[in-house]
Amino acid sequence: MSTPDIAPDAARSAHPVPVPHAAPDARPLVALRLVVNNHPGVMSHVCGLFARRAFNVEAILCTPVNGGEVSRIWLLVVDDERLEQMVRQVRKLHDVLDVRRQPAGGEAFARLADCMAAWESETAG
Amino acid sequence: MSAHSQSTAGSGIAPGAASTPRKRQPNGADFVIRLLERQGIDVIAGIPGGANLPLYDALGRAGSIRHVLARHEQGAGFMAQGMARVTGRPAVFFATSGPGATNTLTAIADAKLDSVPVVCITGQVPLGLVGSDAFQEVDIYGMSIPVTKHNFLVRSVDELAEVIPAAFRIAASGRPGPVLVDIPKNVQMAPVDQAVFDNPPQPGLPAPPPAPDPADISRAAMLLNAARRPMLYLGGGVVASGASDMAVQLAERAGLPTVMTLMALGAMPAGHPLSLGMLGMHAARHTNLLLAECDVLLVAGARFDDRAVGKAERFCPDATIIHIDIDESELDKILPVHCGITGDVGLALAELLPLLRPRAEAGREAWLTRVEECRRRHPFVMPGAEDPRTPYGLIRCAADAVDHDAIVATDVGQHQMRTAQAYPLRGPRRWLTSGGLGTMGFGLPAAIGAALARPEATVLCFTGDGSLQMNIQELATAAEEGVNVKILLADNNALGLVRQQQELFYEGRLVASGYRVKVDFARIAEGFGVPAVDLDASEHPLRDLADALRAPGPCLIRVTVPAEANVYPMVPPGADNLQMIGGEPEPADAAANPDEDAATTSATAPGGRHVHA
Repeated sequence: MSTPDIAPDAARSAHPVPVPHAAPDARPLVALRLVVNNHPGVMSHVCGLFARRAFNVEAILCTPVNGGEVSRIWLLVVDDERLEQMVRQVRKLHDVLDVRRQPAGGEAFARLADCMAAWESETAG
Repeated sequence: MSAHSQSTAGSGIAPGAASTPRKRQPNGADFVIRLLERQGIDVIAGIPGGANLPLYDALGRAGSIRHVLARHEQGAGFMAQGMARVTGRPAVFFATSGPGATNTLTAIADAKLDSVPVVCITGQVPLGLVGSDAFQEVDIYGMSIPVTKHNFLVRSVDELAEVIPAAFRIAASGRPGPVLVDIPKNVQMAPVDQAVFDNPPQPGLPAPPPAPDPADISRAAMLLNAARRPMLYLGGGVVASGASDMAVQLAERAGLPTVMTLMALGAMPAGHPLSLGMLGMHAARHTNLLLAECDVLLVAGARFDDRAVGKAERFCPDATIIHIDIDESELDKILPVHCGITGDVGLALAELLPLLRPRAEAGREAWLTRVEECRRRHPFVMPGAEDPRTPYGLIRCAADAVDHDAIVATDVGQHQMRTAQAYPLRGPRRWLTSGGLGTMGFGLPAAIGAALARPEATVLCFTGDGSLQMNIQELATAAEEGVNVKILLADNNALGLVRQQQELFYEGRLVASGYRVKVDFARIAEGFGVPAVDLDASEHPLRDLADALRAPGPCLIRVTVPAEANVYPMVPPGADNLQMIGGEPEPADAAANPDEDAATTSATAPGGRHVHA
């Protein structure tokens, strides 16, 4: 999932700390681990929130847990000045039961990319 | 094809029609009405259509809830807002699927930005057809995500017992807001076990307000007690938490000059010696000047909207900011705060109050003297206040003719800013205005909603010709319900605030801000069944105004105002609040040379410049 990569504070000139725009890959990444209710609208709520506030999601992983009542979502995002604000906004979503920030590097997600590539080549043709 | 014309309200049920002895099994729609009754809902605004007909049928059968048939779903939404804003309790409105549902979105977004608890219940095509582009199907669940506090698509009749109380709980808990519940027609029609129907769940009530951290409160008290030039800044959250009296007590104890946002007007009564009125873009000059001088600012239930604080980096440049809000995400969002307090504003102020040094001990007299001096030197100027045929006079003379309990609604534009500046509001929950979204067309239906919830009150609706035309069809609803709404129309045949910005910031190029057809609003009102008074033609305008305000029922009072009359002072959008244009007293009225004072202010706020129109 990729939201348009808008300069962070272009629409919020009143921000006290103007954030110079830089390529996302130049910044440290952080993983957000969400536990959410599992129903068809939840991904819209979560992804829409990030898109609406012009915060790019680099990678996303979602699996059901506990028999499917709830799901676990991992989001890989850039750790910038606005992350705390994003986390507070995510906490306000009623279908989000828990949010944790984990200093996961990109390795797991990179392995996942390898895994996806292997899967795609296996199933191709 | 008329989108919503598939039915009229469920009024066609003959009283004797249900004479069959067998008890009819209740369905999902009956259960929804039952749950709404248990929430204490006694009025619902809305419009029926194909996908919510079972709900209307159930409403008609129950006969316990008064239905107000709006002429547009946006109107229904604002009526619900009107009810919710004056009572503080969630109000409900109904719309059908498709266009009915999309028409609600502006009213819902408006409720989101102003934190108003409303519950919108939409009909949806049967679940089996969802996703098939069926007639009048839109994904209102998806479309309403960004503008609701939360929303639901009810997938089975069994979910209703949980979803309806949850909708009310969420709408009213913490920071209030709108909730949308989308109910497919087959869910409305599905049978409900009599045992379930007879044992409904408890109504959804607001969660207990979160208490602030005592350590934060102590820190705030220390900062305030050490302050030399403290100020209090009240936002809509003060009204929402019922903390107006507490805020006034706190200001009085500690001697805090107090400013209010547009949403908080009335929280401290107009005319209170500590009240400096509204801050921001159209504040009195002294209000913005004094804010720039304060050293500690206590902000309660406000979110630093750009119309209030101007350029945020230059707002109160020397002040230590203490910010109380029930919504943690508001802290540090726009401005870095020195002391952030998450929690209910009323609880926080109540805990803070006893920790504050009383005014005399705190040595506030020099600051309060400075406040009075600045107020004298830069008074708010209100030309024509005595003449009801001027923009300010219409507001002041109407206020003089009604009692202090009158409810005041506005639309959006110059009349709104003038009413915010000039109307002497004496208490909370009497002021209905679209603050965050700035929705033209808000005023009339919101006023109708307020009158439905408070039938004993006089509801004034200050409006302009541009705004009135955006929901003018609700004149028919006002006439049908006989609501005590007095529409005060300042008619300049233009989009006045747009025109003003074009004049001031676009070198006077007036594009698309004037109307070429002059609408005869008195005739239009009468055509809808609402009596009208045209003060232009009146020989005794003051008397005619007072008579019209005294007569029961709806009425439209119009007066022509010049399109060239701008609202002053004005801070240009994006500028800091010291860059005020206009609003100075006539030179003969000036108490002293204002430049001398401006120089003092500039020393406090480097770079502050006064721009003269």
